[in-house]
Amino acid sequence: MKIPEPYFSRLFKPFVFALALMPLVSLGLAAWQDKLGANPIEVITHSTGDWTLRFLLITLSISTLRRLINWGQLIRLRRMLGLYAFFYATLHLFTYLWLDQFFWWEDILADIIKRPFITVGMLAFVLLIPLAATSTNAMIRRLGKNWLKLHKLIYPITILGVLHFWWLVKADVREPFIYMAILALLLAERVWNAWRFKKQFLK
Amino acid sequence: MIIRKPQALKDHDVTDESLYRGRRKFIKTMGAGSILLGSSLAGNVLNAKARQDDLKNELTSYKDITTYNNFYEFGTGKSDPAKNAHTLKTSPWSVTVDGECAKPGSFALEDLLKPMQTEERIYRFRCVEGWSMVIPWMGFELGKLLKRFEPTSKAKYVYFETLLDPEQMPGQKRSVLEWPYVEGLRIDEAMHPLTLLATGIYGKDLLNQNGAPLRLVVPWKYGFKSIKSIVKIHFLEEQPISSWQKANAVEYGFYSNVNPNVDHPRWSQKRERRIGEFRKRKTLFLNGYADEVAALYKGMDLKKYY
Ligand code: HEM
Repeated sequence: MKIPEPYFSRLFKPFVFALALMPLVSLGLAAWQDKLGANPIEVITHSTGDWTLRFLLITLSISTLRRLINWGQLIRLRRMLGLYAFFYATLHLFTYLWLDQFFWWEDILADIIKRPFITVGMLAFVLLIPLAATSTNAMIRRLGKNWLKLHKLIYPITILGVLHFWWLVKADVREPFIYMAILALLLAERVWNAWRFKKQFLK
Repeated sequence: MIIRKPQALKDHDVTDESLYRGRRKFIKTMGAGSILLGSSLAGNVLNAKARQDDLKNELTSYKDITTYNNFYEFGTGKSDPAKNAHTLKTSPWSVTVDGECAKPGSFALEDLLKPMQTEERIYRFRCVEGWSMVIPWMGFELGKLLKRFEPTSKAKYVYFETLLDPEQMPGQKRSVLEWPYVEGLRIDEAMHPLTLLATGIYGKDLLNQNGAPLRLVVPWKYGFKSIKSIVKIHFLEEQPISSWQKANAVEYGFYSNVNPNVDHPRWSQKRERRIGEFRKRKTLFLNGYADEVAALYKGMDLKKYY
């Protein structure tokens, strides 16, 4: 599958860009119309958290999809999608720091140290920073092979993200379970692919 | 209408719904720009302004009270109960009372309620998750009802059970918790004049999502102790095990008193978000009812008996 140029760069990519902004737009719209319900800040926290995790998984699924449906072009969306994960993570973190904790730094620090779900969430966010910072073309060129190594961090980040969700629910683990299952599938496909590749190579 | 407010909620503390809309303005403004990123400066200015509101208690709006609920029998999302609870049939309804008492029996709800005088009580309601409301309940003191069944000297605890019927309560088809939902109180907690059996909110009958037709209200304990849609009351000598204890005994104790000094293992209980307000406020010991109920726990280590 292939979308011919210039349609890919001029139409498809901007379309995906706009689409990826929709969760924020609809959140903003709902807030504007006072439709966030009784506890708006909880809705904002959950929505930005959900979309962070979703974009991490979407980013991870690019190379899988590329292999499965043989659509090489998709790789050109991956950086943007990864940066969207960082974007929503930043919103999520600031929702917590500001709207939830009002910059009560002592409480925030205590949370990060004492609450395992915050600890792993924070760790995931911190690990995202170098990935976002090295996403420019210049950085990719400069880091060369190390860039690939560095960006393998997306695996622990996403695992931590799922763990974060798992540890914060009270009793109903259905949703985090779904995310975990998707992550497991994506990882399994990679293992399978590597194994297949190795077998071919050894022949 | 008789309005009796417990001492901890003074008359001037309770203002009505009208102010509540204004509280949302900030969030709306934020939505306008879709700007969720704030500077710490803006946060601090807001904090200073909000701090003065810390001791105010405005009634939570009827809409919020009836659309933001934890009632896992109808789904685990906060808006699920309002959407799904219509399948619950609250009439006819009967309640079985048995165990360590002289006059056990099974009673039609009407017969149970007939001799009881309902009154309005405005209570703070604090959820273990860190949010709270101020709710004008209609109800009567649980103790007055319990005395009618003449509990014996062996009745050290009271156990309650919610209806079990997956057809009416579709959430029970998934084993998120062990069904039916069960709760318990020590007999002195149950007999305390602040402990209520509620039948209404804002002068209207309880809606299903709020635990119709009959629910417990224990204002100094986390919300999940206030068991909904009660079909069974049982007096017993041994301390019963509540549903949340069964689910996770480390996180949820039998007492579950609101206590800012005893954190939930996974989150802090120092503050709470009053629904309708922007900034979190400090959580009060025993939810602000310490003057009335602290004596019940004299000499007890509340960190151990959480
Ligand atoms: C890559 C990083 C992160 C990911 C993928 C992530 C994802 C999530 C998800 C999926 C949820 C649950 C949403 C729902 O219930 O629908 C959530 C909730 C939450 N997250 Fe994160 N998160 C991340 C980082 C953080 C950080 C850095 C913090 C704070 C320091 C944080 C604080 C919270 C809080 C307070 C909640 C709500 C908890 C509750 O409702 O009890 N997260 N996050």
